[in-house]
Amino acid sequence: MRWIWIDKFIDFKSGRSASAVKNVSLAEEHLHDHFPGFPVMPEALMIEGMAQTAGILVGEAYQFQEKVVLAKVKKAVFFDFVRPGDSLHLDAQIESITPEAASTSGKIQRQDQLIAEIDLMFSHIDQNLAGIDFPEDNFVFDDNTFKSLLRDFLTQTESTPEGEPRA
Amino acid sequence: MAKTRDEIMEQITEVLEDALGVDEDEVTPQATLMGDLGAESIDFLDIVFRLEKAFDIKIGREELFPAESLLSDGSLVSDNKLTDKGLAMLKEKMPHTDLSEFEKDPDVNKLGDLFTVDSVVNFIEQRVN
Repeated sequence: MRWIWIDKFIDFKSGRSASAVKNVSLAEEHLHDHFPGFPVMPEALMIEGMAQTAGILVGEAYQFQEKVVLAKVKKAVFFDFVRPGDSLHLDAQIESITPEAASTSGKIQRQDQLIAEIDLMFSHIDQNLAGIDFPEDNFVFDDNTFKSLLRDFLTQTESTPEGEPRA
Repeated sequence: MAKTRDEIMEQITEVLEDALGVDEDEVTPQATLMGDLGAESIDFLDIVFRLEKAFDIKIGREELFPAESLLSDGSLVSDNKLTDKGLAMLKEKMPHTDLSEFEKDPDVNKLGDLFTVDSVVNFIEQRVN
């Protein structure tokens, strides 16, 4: 099981920007403890949601061949509580990307209201300068959960012969 | 238009304040990025990305902070010290840094001390002017 804090992508421009939606539900158990009688989405999970939005954007830029890990939270500023029933839009864009790392900026909005600004850095850990080896398996993008998030976009980018059903 | 050294220092101070969460008065020319300002490895990449944006330049891998590739080459390091060959390569790669003190005892553990605010200013000054 992966802890996924976005529901699906609604925009995806390869190597440039991506937008995802997160619908907050009172069915999420932690909201009953955070806090009793006053459920709000933990800000750390909003950072995780942005890391997933931006991380998949960065991963796709190198065709998911690199192991992309969150390396630094450069900025995380929050402007309002997020409550059950809220529908969040997470917008991320790549500021810089090189073979070894990437820097992203991001905003979370509820309708037109700014909820958070979150800027991150990701490392392609196989390209680390210290020459440390990591397992060959790409444990970051090793299951299909994240691909389901991209369901509206993979159909456009993967080539399927006309008239044939997708496998 | 050429920038003065003071203008460059001012912009670099802003970059380091944002990247490392330090105060303006901590960013002195002699301050070392790792020892004094607390930079870790990912911060060096963050600093490089921010400098590229601030000065509208491209900075190649290991151009500004070249130490790590030296350490992974066995012929350049012996007994935790840079060999003559290693030192020559460091000089070639870091013309923006004063190595006169380091040369007397080229202990690789002291390589981090070479990355000072001043060396970043020198590097940017050479690149933008």
